[in-house]
Amino acid sequence: MMLNGAEDEDKWLAEGIAGIQQNAFYMHRALDSNNLREVLKYSAQMLSELRTSKLSPHKYYELYMRAFDELRKLEMFFKDESKHGVSVVDLYELVQHAGNILPRLYLLCTVGSVYIKSKEAPAKDVLKDLVEMCRGVQHPIRGLFLRSYLAQISRDKLPDIGSEYEGGADTVMDAVEFVLQNFTEMNKLWVRLQNQGLGKLREKREKERSELRDLVGKNLHVLGQIEGIDLQMYKDTVLPRVLEQVVNCKDELAQYYLMDCIIQVFPDEYHLQTLEILLGAFPQLQPTVDIKTVLSQLMERLSNYAASNPEVLPEFLQVEAFAKLSSAIGKVIEAQVDMPIVGAITLYVSLLTFTLRVHPDRLDYVDQVLGACVKKLSSGQKLEDSRATKQVVALLSAPLEKYSDIVSALTLSNYPRVMDHLDNGTNKVMAMVIIQSIMKNNTCISTADKVEVLFELIKGLIKDLDGTGVDELDEEDFKEEQNSVARLIHMLYNDEPQEMLKIICTVRKHIMAGGVKRLPFTIPPLVFSALRLVRHLQGQDGEIVGEEVPATPKKIFQLLNQTIEALPSVPSPELALRLYLQCAEAANDCDLEHAAYEFFTQAFILYEEEIADSKAQVTAIHLIIGSLQRMNVFGIENRDTLTHKATGYSARLLKKPDQCRAVYACSHLFWVDDQDGIKDGERVLLCLKRALRIANAAQQMANVARGSSGPVTLFVEILNKYLYFFEKGNQQITSSAIQGLVELINTEMQSDSTTQNPTSDAFFASTLRYIQFQKQKGGLIGEKYESIKV
Amino acid sequence: MQEVHDYFKSLCPDLHVTRGEYDEDSRYPENKTLTIGQFKLGICHGHQVIPWGDLDSLAMLQRQLDVDILVTGHTHQFKAYKHEGGVVINPGSATGAYSSFTYDVNPSFVLMDIDGLRVVVYVYELIDGEVKVDKIDFKKTATTRSAH
Repeated sequence: MMLNGAEDEDKWLAEGIAGIQQNAFYMHRALDSNNLREVLKYSAQMLSELRTSKLSPHKYYELYMRAFDELRKLEMFFKDESKHGVSVVDLYELVQHAGNILPRLYLLCTVGSVYIKSKEAPAKDVLKDLVEMCRGVQHPIRGLFLRSYLAQISRDKLPDIGSEYEGGADTVMDAVEFVLQNFTEMNKLWVRLQNQGLGKLREKREKERSELRDLVGKNLHVLGQIEGIDLQMYKDTVLPRVLEQVVNCKDELAQYYLMDCIIQVFPDEYHLQTLEILLGAFPQLQPTVDIKTVLSQLMERLSNYAASNPEVLPEFLQVEAFAKLSSAIGKVIEAQVDMPIVGAITLYVSLLTFTLRVHPDRLDYVDQVLGACVKKLSSGQKLEDSRATKQVVALLSAPLEKYSDIVSALTLSNYPRVMDHLDNGTNKVMAMVIIQSIMKNNTCISTADKVEVLFELIKGLIKDLDGTGVDELDEEDFKEEQNSVARLIHMLYNDEPQEMLKIICTVRKHIMAGGVKRLPFTIPPLVFSALRLVRHLQGQDGEIVGEEVPATPKKIFQLLNQTIEALPSVPSPELALRLYLQCAEAANDCDLEHAAYEFFTQAFILYEEEIADSKAQVTAIHLIIGSLQRMNVFGIENRDTLTHKATGYSARLLKKPDQCRAVYACSHLFWVDDQDGIKDGERVLLCLKRALRIANAAQQMANVARGSSGPVTLFVEILNKYLYFFEKGNQQITSSAIQGLVELINTEMQSDSTTQNPTSDAFFASTLRYIQFQKQKGGLIGEKYESIKV
Repeated sequence: MQEVHDYFKSLCPDLHVTRGEYDEDSRYPENKTLTIGQFKLGICHGHQVIPWGDLDSLAMLQRQLDVDILVTGHTHQFKAYKHEGGVVINPGSATGAYSSFTYDVNPSFVLMDIDGLRVVVYVYELIDGEVKVDKIDFKKTATTRSAH
């Protein structure tokens, strides 16, 4: 059915064009022979084609343009009185005899143009006559095109300031009146189109109306270009009259388009000064008009205006732009009860964008916008719409982007309240955005109060919010989240120790409530933050009066103890052990023997009770030995207890090679190379000999269990340790002992039962090379090595 | 940490990692050796070598791995030692992280240019907000197996 219609239209259009062309042909002949009568006859006939009601606006336009082109030639003919011999006044009267009204009015307008140009009558009189005569055509499409023609030919003939048509009785006001009237009539015709036709064709009608809208809007453009319209005239006359028509027409399509037009056409400066009038129109519009888009447009234009003209900012304050916009938005939201929540939030986002660009220093305005949003969110509608959620995230992200120093965002009292309305998933997304903003801008959060606010905002990451369990989360996402939090903890810092300790306590309070899965991520950065502070305070152990938790190393170590002890039950005993050892070393540097001893105790307890995996034990015992080796704060008793424990556990590791290595590592516990360090040569040798025995036993065991005794690597390692202490001056290590060991290895390597191994061969070879090198060094070292033969 | 691993891979796809004391990932070995040009390199974090940071003990590991260049860490302090057995390089900490071993860690990292029998070590340190670069030359003589 539709297809037929379209085909028919094309046929009619073709017929119309043919009609125009045919009559134009005869009209041209008449023009050439200066035959006015014939000219008028054929031009009227030609214009009759425009009387059709069969064409859609799109097609009618094509027809209209053909006629328009011909009318230009006609106008030139009319202008040249010598050609037709009739005065323009008489011509104006003559054309009114045309039979049908539409051709008559087109001809009249064409003559009118010539008439105005001739200046034989004031422009305003002719214009007034024409605009009123056009009332004779009430058919929407035909009327719109006719008036459009009128607007077209009158454009350059308006009595504007500085134009040749101004002066005497003619003023700008007359120009304005003319355009306003034409506009009003055209709008009425346009709106009338909506009500024509059956319900089924409504969509078609709306499409047609859309095609015609620029004809109506053109009038506003013309108004926009009339130079004589100053702010006062705009405020007193132009805007109120236009708005009156917009409101009164009660048509959704027209209202939306025309409001938008007004905003685009007239200067931003005018909008700023007429804000109240403009905004006052919005509540009066039809409830279905998409006001939020228009309002957003307005706010965006004003933001850009402010951004490119900073000198007008005081004006914004003077006209109270923010207050007016804020209030207008509130009214609109209130009036349009059916507005979905996404609409309201979008409006607030626009307002916030405006505020951040125009009044960035007014955090109170920003907070106000957030507050209005909170109110709307609290009114009951749930944020189930994902678009609405996106808008809320946009709302919350805007201040973060604007204020690279997140601290400003932290002072907005309504910020956390808005966040509370997000669902848990989005809340966490927002928290991540906040953290990323801090990381990107390298912001340092420097007071406990701010940290408190920050952790409130990101609480979705710090602990389980009501309703979600950590188990529901994807593991990768969870890790990423927690690593972000861990990074964040390093950004919380203050040079002043007392405040830094407050920060640490605040963070601790929050993360300890985060549940076991989070602790392995959050506790380590806190511990290291605290150890940094300890280092800062090193040496200052005096009691700071008046503070509940004084910033002293002692107090901090107590805090650390209480914090790390939460890890084993996660279960993360290995992590806890490492952290205890770090604390022990720090306590050592602060000369706090008891604290250091306590940390070692905790580490050993974990080793005994919680670390069962044999590989983990090997690493753990080496870490204990490595830390213990560096301790210088222990008195003899304490040191003995701990070294005894360490060597004992070393000897009791599961695999013999591991035992061997741990035991010879323990040899270093009895020899510290600085001037006050312990240098117990005997106990060093005891360890090495014990290691040797274990290596032997390992060989024998391997022989029995596997048929060959395994590589000599362990022996070579022990040899190297002998050399180490030999060089350091341990009297108990003799060159003959070394010689013996070298020969032992040689023998073992040549024995059938030993596994050949290129690695251990190379190791032994490089060790021998080393001995050789030392021998050749000369001096004291050379002397030492002299008796060793390789 | 997977993010850091991925970041390094984006810098260079040929990535070698050894286990640090806080690495829970048991995929990473305790030490590793590889050959680049004429040089044999060994990598080991260093918490396994006691006493920590001790040159002679590290030299022992170097002999054990039979490498010309030993790359190690743990102390967060940049060091480059040259000894008869070869070269030991500790690039320090790229992030300036806390260390019980070193006070006031300056972030640093090292690039090694291996060309024939010559190694040039470039060390980049961030000191008081400025990046300082230094370089050290090492040559390996073709006849002996050690670097001088």
